[in-house]
Amino acid sequence: MQPDQTASIISLQNVSKFFGNFQALTDVNLEIKRGEKVVICGPSGSGKSTLIRCINRLEAHNGGDIFVDGVRLHERMKEIQAVRTQVGMVFQQFNLFPHLTVIENLMAAPVWVHGKDKAKSREKAMGLLDRVKIADQAEKYPIQLSGGQQQRVAIARALCVEPQVMLFDEPTSALDPEMVSEVLETMMDLARSGMTMICVTHEMGFARAVADRVIFMDKGQIVDADSPEAFFAGNRNPRAQAFLDEILSH
Amino acid sequence: MRREQPMYADTVQSENVLKKPLVFGGIALVCAIVAFLLGSAALISTLLPTADVASIPLQLSASALIGVAFAANLLGISLLPNGVQRLVVYGQFLFLLIAFVLVFDLDMAFIAEKGPTLLIEGLTTTLYISAISISIAIVIALSAAIAKLSSNEFARGIATFYTSLFRGLPLLMQLYLVYLGLPQLGFFPEAIPAGIAALSLCYGAYMTEVFRAGILSISRGQWEASRALGFGSGQVMRRIILPQALPVVIPPTGNMFIGMLKGSSLVSVIGVTDLMFLARNLGSSTFNHMEMLLTAAFIYWALIMTLELIQSRLERHFNKSKTR
Amino acid sequence: MFADTVVAENRLKNPLFLAGIALAIAAVIWLLNPTVLMQRLLEQEDDIGQMQRVIVSGAVAGAIAINLLVLSLLPRMVQRVLVYAELFAIVLAFAAVFDLDFAFIVEKLPYMVSQGVVTTLYVSAISIVIAFCVAMLAAIAKLSTSELARSVATFYTSVFRGLPLLMQLFLIYLGLPQLGFNITALPAGIIALSLYYGAYMTEIFRAGIMSIPQGQWEASRALGFGFGRTMMRIILPQAVPVVVPPTGNMFIAILKDSSLVSVIGIWELMYLSRNLGSATFNHMEMLLTAAAIYWILTIILEIGQSKLERHYSRSSSR
Repeated sequence: MQPDQTASIISLQNVSKFFGNFQALTDVNLEIKRGEKVVICGPSGSGKSTLIRCINRLEAHNGGDIFVDGVRLHERMKEIQAVRTQVGMVFQQFNLFPHLTVIENLMAAPVWVHGKDKAKSREKAMGLLDRVKIADQAEKYPIQLSGGQQQRVAIARALCVEPQVMLFDEPTSALDPEMVSEVLETMMDLARSGMTMICVTHEMGFARAVADRVIFMDKGQIVDADSPEAFFAGNRNPRAQAFLDEILSH
Repeated sequence: MRREQPMYADTVQSENVLKKPLVFGGIALVCAIVAFLLGSAALISTLLPTADVASIPLQLSASALIGVAFAANLLGISLLPNGVQRLVVYGQFLFLLIAFVLVFDLDMAFIAEKGPTLLIEGLTTTLYISAISISIAIVIALSAAIAKLSSNEFARGIATFYTSLFRGLPLLMQLYLVYLGLPQLGFFPEAIPAGIAALSLCYGAYMTEVFRAGILSISRGQWEASRALGFGSGQVMRRIILPQALPVVIPPTGNMFIGMLKGSSLVSVIGVTDLMFLARNLGSSTFNHMEMLLTAAFIYWALIMTLELIQSRLERHFNKSKTR
Repeated sequence: MFADTVVAENRLKNPLFLAGIALAIAAVIWLLNPTVLMQRLLEQEDDIGQMQRVIVSGAVAGAIAINLLVLSLLPRMVQRVLVYAELFAIVLAFAAVFDLDFAFIVEKLPYMVSQGVVTTLYVSAISIVIAFCVAMLAAIAKLSTSELARSVATFYTSVFRGLPLLMQLFLIYLGLPQLGFNITALPAGIIALSLYYGAYMTEIFRAGIMSIPQGQWEASRALGFGFGRTMMRIILPQAVPVVVPPTGNMFIAILKDSSLVSVIGIWELMYLSRNLGSATFNHMEMLLTAAAIYWILTIILEIGQSKLERHYSRSSSR
């Protein structure tokens, strides 16, 4: 029952998710190709966060199948540990480790989880911090950084384990407006480098600039999926149109 | 004794209630009645050695005098400026303490003679029993807290049974069960190990809840981020959660240690020669109970006050770093 | 706890790991060497030989390891029930090993309850009532603007929280008579408990009163209320729901600490548990029975306590 591996790196087939009696996801089908940048948007409660959290198994889906790089997600640990390293995640609340410095945050997974050499990991981490333009903060603690800086560190931390896919769960929603652009720029830079990205976000400017596909979700289902041009030009779906109007009027 | 702030102090000073004759008279009356009931015999005999202690009129007038003197004293203090009030009150406490010693006819020479033993042997025993017990209790509590939070039913069941049992029984009972009960099973513990075992198990159960709360206080996002990076659950605990739980847990642990110092006095009941035991024993042969009891009480009090001072410093330090 | 959606491999299924666990348990049992227990297990009166010690340790350890394995293979709900059942069975086996005289327990139980439990309960009840009153006065004193009242109250809480309860018990029971106040054990015990817990409850009440927003004071003052009236009509009624749950906890603590008054000879539960059995050497029967009674009492009170807390937190989160 495996899909065509050369095409999709992530494959969701008839995925459903229940929280108690509430159905968060209903029969979701989605194929993401390598190198594709997908933006998922929709009103709150539409299930978009739940969707991407199912991909790295922070949530367990109840129905259907999810394949990540050919591996079928299930509840046994053996393969899932590897899957989690293939899929990096950036959270809305950053979730940096407050008791570790910035550079230690990046080195944590490679050194402690994968047993990589400390010196080499440090080098790589510094390189990544350079890339997100925050190398001078390497020895600081997260609490000493601004929100935008913390989120960039979080992006670098996720990249440090060399994932194939990066998931973004509303990465700029908790930031003050003046810091949003620095994070978006980092994300655009990442997109240009060829990373497969799935972003849940309200930042339509980002979607327009970077996305290969824009997906609109409502009430646990994918209602519309289109290229950005088509999506923003004018919409077949009234719910999507209403949402866009709401968002873009700000 | 740290100065605590009074309640919302009004900008208007209320009438000094003691100046009202009704209040003054009331206080004097109550005090006189109490003095009469408790029997001012000892006081009379100290002040007027030749008087006939049993005479009722004498007792009545003595009680009345005490009552008026007490109320007048309160009134006098209340009329003083605030800073001076505090000094005078503590001065009077000191005076009462000295009067106490004199009335008891305490043998100060006896205290000087036996005091050092009390201090050196008693205090040392109390301190090292408490120190060993809290160390063991910490180890037990950490294991039990993690067990209680794990998804392993067996570990959870045992940990829950443990905390329920050892928080549900009095410490004295646990002490007896260990000291008198284990020999029937084939383990013959001596008094000190039995005491340490009982203290560790009892306080370990209380500290399990402290550690559990501390671990749960770490935000869920830390778990999620670690999991997303591929950390296994053991590593998440060891590297991410526990290091963050430590500062949260240290202040309550300090309080537990102070509690354990007081609880350690119970081991005197099974014959361990700690401060409490010596306080009761050193004076018994010569009927100098109170000398030793008071001295030991003072030692306990001084020790605990010192520790509480350190404890509040500790709490302030850890609260500061949270709001860096 | 944040349960992962992914479950680690059951390591117990690995025979090497299982053997390792069994070996570790066997080593612990061998080291502890519970001779009497082993004798009962083998039903023999003579000493345990080295060979027997090793065999018994190994056998018991093996049984435990297999038990763990079987448990881990069962569904979660069944696991939970079984674990509690096994713990209960161990408790019963414990009692059997002690070779306890159940008839003796049944014979003495009524007296233990009618004298011991009743005394424990009323000593605790009276103490908490007195402690409550003392604490209320001391808390208000500590919060008042009168230096005199503050100093006295601070002295009180400092001394009575700074000494062990046992010490306070002896000071009152042995000390007061030397002053000329002849006091019997029961009042001495109640006074000691009341003063000790009164000091702790002072802090609880103080915190409760201070948790009432300053605006309440300002409004009362603006309306012309004095300190006393503000306290009685406005502040204290609002402080009561805040203060009741911690007070419940204090009652449970007093119940357990009431066992200390056995030391000065009051015939409550702890005292009886040590005395009733001594004549016929049935110590453990009485100790275990009393332990069970204390445990049950505590559990009942804790259930009541959580109901209380839920009731009061509901009203505060309106």
